[in-house]
Amino acid sequence: MWKWLHPYANPEVSYHFTNKLLPWLSALAALFLGIGLVWALLFAPADYQQGHSFRIFYVHVPAASLSMGIYFAMAIAAFSSLVWQLKLADASAAAMAPVGAAFTAIALITGAAWGKPMWGTWWIWDARLTSELILLFLYLGVIALHNAFEDKNLAGKAAGILTLVGVINIPIIKYSVDWWNTLHQGSTVSKLGKPSMSLDMLWPFIICFIGFSLLVGVIICLRFRNEILARNSIRPWVRELVQQNTVK
Amino acid sequence: MTLEAQSVQSTENLPAQTNNPIPSSQPLSYRRAFMLVLKRDLTIAMRHKDDIINPLLFFVIVITLFPLGIGPEAQTLSRIAPGIIWVAALLATLLSLDRLFKSDHHDGSLEQMLLSPHPIFLLVLAKIFAHWLITGLPLILIAPLLAVLLHLDENSYGALVFTLLLGTPVLSLLGAVGVALTVGIKKGGVLLSLLVLPLYIPVLIFATSAIDTAALGLPYSGQLAIIAALFFGSLSLAPFAVGAALKVSTN
Repeated sequence: MWKWLHPYANPEVSYHFTNKLLPWLSALAALFLGIGLVWALLFAPADYQQGHSFRIFYVHVPAASLSMGIYFAMAIAAFSSLVWQLKLADASAAAMAPVGAAFTAIALITGAAWGKPMWGTWWIWDARLTSELILLFLYLGVIALHNAFEDKNLAGKAAGILTLVGVINIPIIKYSVDWWNTLHQGSTVSKLGKPSMSLDMLWPFIICFIGFSLLVGVIICLRFRNEILARNSIRPWVRELVQQNTVK
Repeated sequence: MTLEAQSVQSTENLPAQTNNPIPSSQPLSYRRAFMLVLKRDLTIAMRHKDDIINPLLFFVIVITLFPLGIGPEAQTLSRIAPGIIWVAALLATLLSLDRLFKSDHHDGSLEQMLLSPHPIFLLVLAKIFAHWLITGLPLILIAPLLAVLLHLDENSYGALVFTLLLGTPVLSLLGAVGVALTVGIKKGGVLLSLLVLPLYIPVLIFATSAIDTAALGLPYSGQLAIIAALFFGSLSLAPFAVGAALKVSTN
């Protein structure tokens, strides 16, 4: 496996690889999102209690779980960059951070929009919303630290250490917030049991989820490509590429 | 400046004095190195008393602002006292964190420390311990007085002191990671708060809950145990992160 992975440590090779990957990923993302969103928003049955406002769930839940997932992916990239000194891993972490922050923000906003009809208020200090908010702060911290350094290599390393510290802290923060929530307010929030979801709702949800994951993949690939070009702008192959594109 | 020179010199001279038969290849013992860094930091702090007093003053002033903003009713104040005291403690620690590595970074002694043969873990731990002695301990000493001002429930005084005793070292340890990451950046101050405050949330939650529980006359050993776990966890992990971060910052 290492032999197979080795060539991708070269920026040029991984640039061309992402180039090849992009059309496939974007086509699949468009397909899944197209089917999933239309099915979920138009044809899936409305919830018997929450009515149509429930449909935001098809956006909210994928965004929320992807926001966590991207942070863990960032942590893995940061770890491999610190251990194996892979510069491209830094680039990928840098590419992921704003995407993760955006998805956290989407999860928060859709959560608030969902809360309005359900709880009658935009914001409630619910455990999951609170930990999502803190996750947003962690993302913003990583991005801010990344921007604060002039030297992108140093920035990547520093942001990587912060990401790893954050990933150790996320479970602790999550559990403490859960615990704090159960202490301070009773179970006013009814939990949406996932297993009890009917199949008519589950299928569009799964398709939406895959679609959003692919969308994240596409955005990260695009950003990763730009990061590679920005970091290797002095290299001859980048200059050739620029020249080729300008001649056309 | 002279102090830096002295301490660096003394680090170099000591092995030669103590272990004459084995010159220079035998480094200082771990305890010795720890004590040396600790003593040096404490001496520097004693010569800049402002650094000790100002965060403390900040702590006191923030806490006096709350009754002015909220109103003097004893009932309201005693209800929110644990939260206010702890949030003020977080902010005061945050203010004082800056001096943990900054001056050492400016005059180059930080780099010398990283280059020394001793494990960074140890030196960093000594510096953090010194920082806690300078900022955390005075905070703990003055907190009961402020609790009186805020009409904190009488049962909670013990909980307040215990949570501060276990919690402020966690603040210093986690904060050190943030400082180590931002020490090379010119405008690191605001950034530091963005990095560190989210990490402080668990301590805040469990500490205030312990104080609240104590006010009801219930046992709060569970919360204390969790804060202690946070303390030992950060004690064993944070210095590694600080060491790695310092290496990045000093490049």
